[in-house]
Amino acid sequence: MSALSLAGSVRSGERSARSIVEEHLAAIADGEGQIHAFNLVTADAALERADRVDDVVAQGGDPGLLAGVPVALKDNMCTRGVPTTCGSRILDGWRPPYDATVVERLDAAGAVIIGKTNMDEFAMGSSTENSAFGPTFNPRDTTRVPGGSSGGSAAAVAAGFTPLSLGSDTGGSIRQPAALCGVVGVKPTYGAVSRYGLVAFASSLDQIGPFARNVADAALLLEAVAGHDPLDSTSIPVSAPDLLGVLDRGVEGLRVGVIEEISGSGPTGLEGFAPDVQARLAEAAEALAAAGAVVEKASVPSTVFGLSAYYVIAPAEASSNLARFDGVRFGLRVDAENTVDMNAATRTAGFGDEVKRRIMLGTYALSAGYYDAYYGKSQKVRTLIVEDFARAYQSFDLLLSPTAPTTAFPIGEKVDDPMLMYLNDVCTIPSNLAGHPAMSVPFGVGDDGLPVGVQVLAPANGEPSMFRAAAVLEAAAGGSAGVAL
Amino acid sequence: MTSETVSEMDGWEVVIGLEVHAELATATKLFSGARNEFGGEPNTNIDPVSLGLPGSLPVLNEKAVELAIRVGLALNCSVQESEFARKNYFYPDMPKDFQISQFDQPINGEGWLELPDGRRIGIERAHLEEDTGKSTHVGGGGRIHEASYSLVDYNRAGVPLIEIVGKPDLRSGDDARAYVSELRSILVAIGASDGKMEEGSMRVDCNVSVRPVGEDELGTRCEVKNINSLRSLGRAVTYESRRQVDLITSGQKVDQQTRHWNEEDGRTHTLRSKEEAFDYRYFPEPDLVPVAPSAEWIDEIRAAMPLLPGERRHRLAEEAGIQPAAAALAVERGLDGLALASMDLGADPARVLVHVENNLADGQGALTADAFAALVSMETGGDLTATQAKTVLADLVDSGGDPAAVAATHGFETMDTSELEGFVDGLIAEHPDDWEAFVVGDEDERRKKSGFFVGQVMKATRGQADGRVVNEILERLAAGT
Repeated sequence: MSALSLAGSVRSGERSARSIVEEHLAAIADGEGQIHAFNLVTADAALERADRVDDVVAQGGDPGLLAGVPVALKDNMCTRGVPTTCGSRILDGWRPPYDATVVERLDAAGAVIIGKTNMDEFAMGSSTENSAFGPTFNPRDTTRVPGGSSGGSAAAVAAGFTPLSLGSDTGGSIRQPAALCGVVGVKPTYGAVSRYGLVAFASSLDQIGPFARNVADAALLLEAVAGHDPLDSTSIPVSAPDLLGVLDRGVEGLRVGVIEEISGSGPTGLEGFAPDVQARLAEAAEALAAAGAVVEKASVPSTVFGLSAYYVIAPAEASSNLARFDGVRFGLRVDAENTVDMNAATRTAGFGDEVKRRIMLGTYALSAGYYDAYYGKSQKVRTLIVEDFARAYQSFDLLLSPTAPTTAFPIGEKVDDPMLMYLNDVCTIPSNLAGHPAMSVPFGVGDDGLPVGVQVLAPANGEPSMFRAAAVLEAAAGGSAGVAL
Repeated sequence: MTSETVSEMDGWEVVIGLEVHAELATATKLFSGARNEFGGEPNTNIDPVSLGLPGSLPVLNEKAVELAIRVGLALNCSVQESEFARKNYFYPDMPKDFQISQFDQPINGEGWLELPDGRRIGIERAHLEEDTGKSTHVGGGGRIHEASYSLVDYNRAGVPLIEIVGKPDLRSGDDARAYVSELRSILVAIGASDGKMEEGSMRVDCNVSVRPVGEDELGTRCEVKNINSLRSLGRAVTYESRRQVDLITSGQKVDQQTRHWNEEDGRTHTLRSKEEAFDYRYFPEPDLVPVAPSAEWIDEIRAAMPLLPGERRHRLAEEAGIQPAAAALAVERGLDGLALASMDLGADPARVLVHVENNLADGQGALTADAFAALVSMETGGDLTATQAKTVLADLVDSGGDPAAVAATHGFETMDTSELEGFVDGLIAEHPDDWEAFVVGDEDERRKKSGFFVGQVMKATRGQADGRVVNEILERLAAGT
């Protein structure tokens, strides 16, 4: 059942929020052992919360647009009094004294937080194998990764543990796991959703967004959490866009460009795109054309440099953002003779290999004498990408590409080869660098029977037309994705 | 090592540039709503942002920007679009292990400050940044290396600072003190900071180098930290410049270092060498957007600025017909307004300034400009002696009132000249030898003897005589013989 209809049934008094939450807790109890989507299931708090929603309904009040709908949170969003680990040992024992803005908004909308989902440590990874608490398994095939870093949030939705979840996307961490798990995943325009209370990985790229089993549910959740927040200086000073209201408008007349460089379809550009993924992309383009869109090839040349620029900028910001995990104020502390040694011992024990790798990369890139060659140059590439997109959007309303080069890969396959792992994000990274919205929509399966995702990209604040195209693709692919309860 | 200052030595010039940090007088911190307040129980003025908790984000305090712009305008800086940057280094009292500061795009660019003597000292920049918390090292005599543990108070973490970087235009400890003193007066006058060095709300780092007189190139500099008073500033410059000259003249060279001023032993000590200097890995702060104050806003702030100490010195000096430097004390004491108002009412500028400097050190109290002008007029009109005027002035400061009435309660009535002549005649008759010495003596002798006669008259009249009039009588009688 969709989140929209669940909320509708609670609002109308047809169903109790408690029964919905109990049903999902039962699904979790049943399947979580095979999937490990959660770091923490907040069952008691969820049931209490559901009862309060039911009280509001009983008293004739408005319980909110997400009344009684379970939502899972990636474990890098602060929840007051509830452990928030970022998939890391270094936050051992820490309970934030405050709620992230998205949590407050969910609360105001009547949603029920059902748990905190597993993730690559500090959102650094593309397979959720970098969690200190062990990997998450893809519900479509538990020998495969769910993608990452928001693998837990994607898997929880795909497995039917929750109709909705929130993830964070710094270089593809919502879209890529959405594609690999066969659900809808949205990275909104930078600044559309408040980052207050999201533990930062790379501040200029991080953005919170929804996972859902269908496009309308994703729109519902995004509308609930988006909108200006004075606590985030990079928040856009506009209210949340109307998405549900435009979903049925179709794509008649919209100009859609398929990005050659990141779909393996042009003379230049990146390689390594699986033929089945390319085939689904071509079908998706045809589906849009059939619905009245004008579909052509598009060139955004500098997107091929996105990955390189990203792996300087993101680690650089991370090296600074993660400095505060020093054992002084919160989380893990490994005692030592003096403060400097304590800092080092704590960080050595608390961080995993991938986090350490990126802290070192970022520290190096910002060092005196190297700054211009690495960080400075990467910022120039970023500017190029922004300019290239701007040029492309003079001719197109939307752009199209695969979300990931392949379907879900086997657990362990790429874990020892960081470069191979990083290549998973070549299609998604450019949108983060540009600050643009992009979303992954399930569109059929690959030769292995595993889901393929198609990425719809839009210019800043282009969510309404992006969702319209997503709705058309969803319909063409045969409706709602994932396991329905 | 001698205590001789370098400026007194032949051939060497001291070059000083100061970096002054002043806490801005906002109600809340630079990036959050936690209170900005000195003192208080440790860790009470805190919130997720000032503790740097994961997920917290900075939001710029508009009042801090306004105060920073005021500082920029007061220091004749170009106020410009600016950006925040992260200065990365690990330190327990810095919650995020980076400081949000400004790097290559400060809010205030180049400017200058005028010393009371009229010299202009260049300002490189004046930028916004956040303060750190405070560590207390427990055990081992409070020194970090021997302490058994440390406590950190984050009340100060995130308090807004303006860092004013001066150009190396200062040439002595006295210069440095005058600069800091003037800067403090400006900051207090514009309400940007309380400027209290003793509470740490104003802190001075001092860059010192020496070079042979006539040399254009700057010598290797050392930065001296931990200077907590104007007095220490003078001492530290004296010590450090002397140390550097001694190194060079003994054939060694000055190493670029950060040094720590020790108040107890009166010396500077190595804190870290150039090689040990931090690589701060500055980069633009991604959690904040550039600050672009509109021209309208800057104009509004400019229009609301009070007169600055320098402008007040010039104004008073012009009115009184003196050099600006001579008006410095009146301005420093905040008595230039009173002085100007009383001059406008006809009071003699010279007498007004004498009183401001000698008799109003603690401020004007209940004294009004009207009363002050009336008092000075009584004095210059011969109705009160200088001594009497001082007594009456003290009463006016304490409890206000009309100077004539106050003088009357003291029984101050100046004797008229003929009455005084009678006293003087009597004294001449009593002390013929002293009179003779006064009449024929050289200048020195005459001054001595006139002092003697004036003293005798004062004694006989219990201070009610006007010394100037007595002198006039003595001169007249001597000329007549």
